Amino acid sequence: MEEFFQQLTNGLAVGGIYALIALGYTMVYGVLKLINFAHGDLFTLGAYLGFTLLTSFGLSDRVGPLLGVLILALMVMGLVALVGMILERSAYKPLRQSPRLSAVVSALGASIFIQNSIMLVYGPNIQVYPHNIMPDTVIHLFGMPVPLMRILILVASVVLMVALYLFIQKTRTGTAIRAAAIDQGAAALMGINVDRVIMLVFLLGPALGGSAGLMVGLYYGQVNFTMGWVYGLKAFTAAILGGIGNIPGAMLGGLLLGLVEALGAAYISIAWKDAIAFGVLIFILIVRPTGLLGERVADKI
Amino acid sequence: MNRTLISYLLSFALLAASPLVLNRFWLEVLNSVGLYAILALSLNVILGNAGLYNMGHAAFYAVGAYCAAILNTQLDIPILWSLPICGLVAAAAGALVCRPIIHLRGDYLLIVTVGVGEILRIALVNDIFGLTGGPNGIFGIDRPFLFGYKIRKPHEFLYLIWGFVAMTVFLFYRLRNSRFGRALDYLREDEVAAEGSGINTGRTKLMAFAIGAAWAGMAGALYASKMTIISPESFTFWESVLIFIIVIIGGSGNITGVLLGAFLIIGLPEFLRAYVGEFANARMWFFGLAMMIMMIFRTQGILPPGPRFFRLPKAGKEVSS
Repeated sequence: MEEFFQQLTNGLAVGGIYALIALGYTMVYGVLKLINFAHGDLFTLGAYLGFTLLTSFGLSDRVGPLLGVLILALMVMGLVALVGMILERSAYKPLRQSPRLSAVVSALGASIFIQNSIMLVYGPNIQVYPHNIMPDTVIHLFGMPVPLMRILILVASVVLMVALYLFIQKTRTGTAIRAAAIDQGAAALMGINVDRVIMLVFLLGPALGGSAGLMVGLYYGQVNFTMGWVYGLKAFTAAILGGIGNIPGAMLGGLLLGLVEALGAAYISIAWKDAIAFGVLIFILIVRPTGLLGERVADKI
Repeated sequence: MNRTLISYLLSFALLAASPLVLNRFWLEVLNSVGLYAILALSLNVILGNAGLYNMGHAAFYAVGAYCAAILNTQLDIPILWSLPICGLVAAAAGALVCRPIIHLRGDYLLIVTVGVGEILRIALVNDIFGLTGGPNGIFGIDRPFLFGYKIRKPHEFLYLIWGFVAMTVFLFYRLRNSRFGRALDYLREDEVAAEGSGINTGRTKLMAFAIGAAWAGMAGALYASKMTIISPESFTFWESVLIFIIVIIGGSGNITGVLLGAFLIIGLPEFLRAYVGEFANARMWFFGLAMMIMMIFRTQGILPPGPRFFRLPKAGKEVSS
């Protein structure tokens, strides 16, 4: 029971991280029908920017750990969002009318480019986060010990997800995003600036991905420049699992994937951890090809 | 048409003469270009002709390589004899894997093939059935023998590999202009209309997958005998991505384009490594940048496939109206 509970909380924390990355994939896919392969590397960029800001400012010494990390997260999100927007303007916008696979290859090129930019700046070695930022308190939940960090990550990711959900569902801009995801042509006729919607999506997605990168850095304590591939692939899997283009679907898919992976690693075999994740994906797609909650994707104009 | 044939003959003649001027390093680069050319041509049938997004092609490459390695080290079957077996095993693997997922639309197929590739790689690392040697792989694979002559040096492999490329180009050229090739074109452009015209879409897609997988499997067997050591590290997701990039950058659907793509994608990083010494670390950075620029300014790839030409009936013969 104790071990099960630990795996459960661990799975939920990792799942929250997957879900945050998956949201970036799913929003971009919903509006542009493009698999943004560079998204995983924007996530890595978030982790590395967090590392730099953390070591250079010493924010948490001045304003306390929680507030420090919060300010840090906002800075990271802003910077990664900026990079995401530049990426969209330079690498994807010129390809909006071209065959879809050309845009995919451009995305792969962008991925290699960002990954190697990080490598050239920081060097090819693993970077270790300073480990005295967050207090490694262990709190007791239902009589079982859980590291505070794990709960904070889950809470933070849920807060971000709920905020995004409310933004998409309740605000005017969110409605515009949903409209553009259903039918770009009709949305444009209704006076929605589709170009700006796409830009917004490329601000929101990378911001969430960047925050996920920071969380991974804080949770595992180390980052390396190639980790974007694996996390990106898993998160895209999560997005498809929940139904691509579907924002609650990405959240559900992410949490589910994290859980399945943690429990599978604990009770089946740790060596087959990644294979279990992909096995679940293939199974779901065979049984229910549109994902758990159904896809919501625009017809490309 | 004849011009294409002449340029092909000239290029292969140049390749055949290349051991006279090139050193070992560049011959090895040419060999690796040749292997990737075979892989990319085989993916081209699936991705370029049939329009099925397969980003797990390294899986079939791995199946072929491991099949050759296991047959060779356990049963002492010579590599070149095992080539057709490897092709058949890889084709069977391709058909088996794709049977349940073939109906999936575009990007779903892409992510599932990625998943299949990763699952296979993890299975290889975990020493499935005790045959694959785990993360260390299999070593001690024999060199190929051709008419009692052992192929060992880079220039000898150059002839073997590029001979295979030449055969592949010829066969796939014939395939593209066959009834099956036209069916694939139709399928890619409009699946519903193709089905309406009496093409069994499921079966045709499966055939395309099986043919592509078979060729990748044979490329794997050649690779195994060239390296004499294979390990799961050679068949990662990155390999699949590389093959995918070659096909799209070269011009998906066009054999000549795909060959040029292989030279560009495999040759360019080596060229940068050799001649831009101080930037050796940055070569993948340039590579990524070049990919983006290439796609923005030449969206269709280097050489997109041209329109099909059909011979008109000879004058004088009555054409039924």
